Amino acid sequence: MNETAFSTDPQLAARHRWGRMFEWACAIATWLCLLILATMLLGVFIKGWPHLNWGFLTHFDSQIEPETAGIKAGLWGSFWLIVLTALFAIPVGIGAAVYLEEYAKANWVTRLIQLNILNLAGVPSVVYGILGVTVFGHMFGLFGDWPREPVWHLPFGDKVLTGALTLSLLILPVVIISTQEALRSIPASLRHSSLALGATQWQTIRYQVLPASLPGILTGIILALSRAVGESAPLIMIGALTYVSSTPGNIGSVTDFFTKPQGIVEAPFDRFTAMPLVIYNWASQPDEIYQSLSAAGIVVLLLVLLLMNTTAVIIRQRFQNWIRW
Amino acid sequence: MSNTPDSESRATGARLTSATLSPAERPSLQKRWSLTTLKEQCIRLVLFCCALLSVATTAGIILVLFSETLLFFSQVSVLSFFGDTVWQPQSQDNPRFGIWPLACGTFLVAGIAGLIGMPLGLLSALYLSEYASERSRSYLKPTLEVLAGIPSIVYGYFALVFLTPYVLQPIFMNALGFEVGGFNVLSAGIVVGIMIVPTISSLSEDVLRSVPRGLREAGLALGSTKFDVSVRIVLPAALSGIMAAFLLALSRAVGETMAVTIAAGSQPDLSLNVLRSIETMTAYIVMVSLGEAAAGSIEYRSLYVVAMSLFLITLVMNIIARFILRRYRNVYQ
Repeated sequence: MNETAFSTDPQLAARHRWGRMFEWACAIATWLCLLILATMLLGVFIKGWPHLNWGFLTHFDSQIEPETAGIKAGLWGSFWLIVLTALFAIPVGIGAAVYLEEYAKANWVTRLIQLNILNLAGVPSVVYGILGVTVFGHMFGLFGDWPREPVWHLPFGDKVLTGALTLSLLILPVVIISTQEALRSIPASLRHSSLALGATQWQTIRYQVLPASLPGILTGIILALSRAVGESAPLIMIGALTYVSSTPGNIGSVTDFFTKPQGIVEAPFDRFTAMPLVIYNWASQPDEIYQSLSAAGIVVLLLVLLLMNTTAVIIRQRFQNWIRW
Repeated sequence: MSNTPDSESRATGARLTSATLSPAERPSLQKRWSLTTLKEQCIRLVLFCCALLSVATTAGIILVLFSETLLFFSQVSVLSFFGDTVWQPQSQDNPRFGIWPLACGTFLVAGIAGLIGMPLGLLSALYLSEYASERSRSYLKPTLEVLAGIPSIVYGYFALVFLTPYVLQPIFMNALGFEVGGFNVLSAGIVVGIMIVPTISSLSEDVLRSVPRGLREAGLALGSTKFDVSVRIVLPAALSGIMAAFLLALSRAVGETMAVTIAAGSQPDLSLNVLRSIETMTAYIVMVSLGEAAAGSIEYRSLYVVAMSLFLITLVMNIIARFILRRYRNVYQ
């Protein structure tokens, strides 16, 4: 700091000293957070290293031989959960955001919906779990008992579908808010020129606004879905199992999609576990080997999240160069 | 389009009024019904229903929680719920439902999280907005956001397997001689505190950056040091926004579930000892869900009551925070 060179006043020098110390404190606080992040990731990676091999991905959990236990059931459970969650949450989320940004008039209904979405984003995930188990799991008890076997009837019980519907409600506010932001970033001139050429409002949205805001929307959706991947509390609430040795619809590899097509239909109605649940189950066992398995599971989970986030970043950068206003 | 006025009236286009045209030829601005407008209306309706689903979700949450809460309070008096200091719903002969042990656990964890997260978050927000160069900010900010993207179960695992045995137990047990349990409130509070840092820092940073540049320049022109400008001018100007960020972050800490369940255990206890196991509201909900409580039993209903309390607490915190944030925006924008 060159100001100190001019200051002969000891009081001013002291103030500058204070200033520098404060700047250091701020910098240390920031770097401390990053250091903790690094420690956490490194520690988990080292702890899980002995189990990180291909077999970990292709084996089921095992209580008899924990050495060979793997996360296959959780991996496929999470896969189905995310696919179904995306299927429900994306159309509804984009639809709601388009309505609020493009159609809604500034009246009390719109304000109510908007405020409501903001508040929903702050509701704890266990509360969504309670909603899910009551509405989708039991269906208020209107359709008889909780089913234990794979079902084709109501209520859905503790099946993949219940989990996916619950997670959809959970991430819906996030999807709506991020989509709204993406739509807001589209200049009004684009809409005006489309409308001026005689396009209807929906044609304008469908052919101009949505394609232009797609990168922003996709980024938001991927980030919301990656929140759903790591979510475990609502799944425990709906009664998802922590120990399963089968995959939904018995689809355990990519080729099974072609050899067992009926599994694709059965999977949403099958029992399931998810990666965070398997990790939780292992973490709550006292044995050392389970701690290490748990760490390996976390590494896989984080890799999946990393993959999703990298996709989001790539999409954003690709399209940023593509569209210029 | 079909009602194109004839050439004569086009020449006097400036005075093309209803007086010069017969009612039939008048170009109508009224909407006509056609297949296209019908389709437009249908799409609008469908989109409106999508938006309405969020209201339905809230209504569903309130309905579900409220109805079961009413049933619960028909069996347990409100007075004992708020007056009793023991929470033992599993007990066969003497089940007691005093919310305070669970509330104590929740607020203890949120309190420690606040003590850790608020200074860290605020200082890093100040660093990012006032001190860091644009270059270092461009990578520090996204890296801090990573902390928010890590699943809470990972934080719980970190607290249980690393923080407690390698940090807390050596310090408090070996050096200071306190009893430290494998499950303890402190480790849970610390990791939740780290978890809420990105919430605080990114919200506060937005608030700090929206303080008008003129205020900073005026301070510097009067001979203030950068420290004086940051702490005595920018920070007070942004104070209400920062309070809102704190509130939002604390409501996240109150609703935090898995990290707390793993790290703090499940021992409902009305005590302020942070080195022992305790049960929070969220952890209780998870624990009952993992067990085999029959639907309709009093233990199962207690789940809804606890969830209702949790919902109300976080809702109030969120609403206050949004209110403050909106007022803050009105001041500077």
